[in-house]
Amino acid sequence: MTRMTDLPDNVVITKLDALVNWCRKNSLWPMPFATACCGIELMATGASRHDIARFGAEVFRFSPRQCDLMIVAGRVVMKMMPVLQRIWLQMHEPKWCISMGACASTGGVFDTYAVVQGIDRFIPVDMYVPGCPPRPEQLLQAIIDLQEKIQREGSAWGKDVERRPHQPPRALLADPKNPRLLVAGPPIFAQDEAANKWDTGKRGESPDS
Amino acid sequence: MVSSETIQAIQARFPSAEITEFRKQFRVCVPREIVHDVLRFLKDECGFTLIIDITCVDYLYYPKAKDRFGVVYIVGRPENADRLIVKTFVNDPEPTLPTVTDLWEGARWLEREVWDMFGIRFEGHANLRRILLPEDFQDHPLRKDYPLQGRGERHNIPVVTRDMG
Ligand code: SF4
Repeated sequence: MTRMTDLPDNVVITKLDALVNWCRKNSLWPMPFATACCGIELMATGASRHDIARFGAEVFRFSPRQCDLMIVAGRVVMKMMPVLQRIWLQMHEPKWCISMGACASTGGVFDTYAVVQGIDRFIPVDMYVPGCPPRPEQLLQAIIDLQEKIQREGSAWGKDVERRPHQPPRALLADPKNPRLLVAGPPIFAQDEAANKWDTGKRGESPDS
Repeated sequence: MVSSETIQAIQARFPSAEITEFRKQFRVCVPREIVHDVLRFLKDECGFTLIIDITCVDYLYYPKAKDRFGVVYIVGRPENADRLIVKTFVNDPEPTLPTVTDLWEGARWLEREVWDMFGIRFEGHANLRRILLPEDFQDHPLRKDYPLQGRGERHNIPVVTRDMG
């Protein structure tokens, strides 16, 4: 058996997960979902002065299928939300989401009938960036923090995905008495039992097998 | 500025029109029954061949307002950049006006927007459906009796979770 001390100096021993995470975190491909003024700041972050390439995230792709980091920059209205969800679902695992700015995170000053009061009500979010608009440095800090999170979590074979608790997707409904409050609605696929089951099995197995 | 001959021609042709002036801008208020005739007259005989905008004001809760909705047509004369504002009033229930798409094709989207936001029906419009809001939206949100935060439309969206892929 080889002892650690017998290894040459240029050999590093690590966990495969750590290595994979290290690769992932230094090669994020952002999907810019820029709907409002925050998008300008997102562009500034990508430009030469702030240079997002220093963190390995300079390859902005406008196809969700080539991306693994969605940056939602700007307010999202309720007509746009299904579009945003569809784009999110088209991205491959592993994927992350940054909610940039007050509007994307909470609706900001736009407490109106059309503006979604925080995208995290309807899609998963990993990092929130405060500010209106956030400075490019703040977005870079969010990317650095996200890299730390990626290094900490995640595994080469997606075990963390399997470990996620399964919750049947539910609609949120407005409380009829006070539309500002939310109550949990019925499961989205309530009428279609088979559709509700598709995700209950282990990854890689079909529900019938 | 619209010439006084034009204003006099309008007044002579439509005695019921109330024409007011403010800072060299003329506003022609007409009853809803003749608004289409007035606009046709302006287009065919006064050279206002451009419809600039159609919009609406909800005078609910407005002190001393006699009618609920004021519908505003802004027409332009491209030769000398004249603008004229034509205003008419409609009321609940079922506020309705004749369409002006037979005069200006460009009024199609403008009327659809007024229908979308205020629920004013334009009779004779070929395709009067919502233009900005989703098709299944129930209300007309720029009406003053519609709550600012809505009736929950912004919450009634299915949730996408992490384990959906
Ligand atoms: S947070 Fe401010 S800068 Fe960003 S989209 Fe909202 S209003 Fe614009």
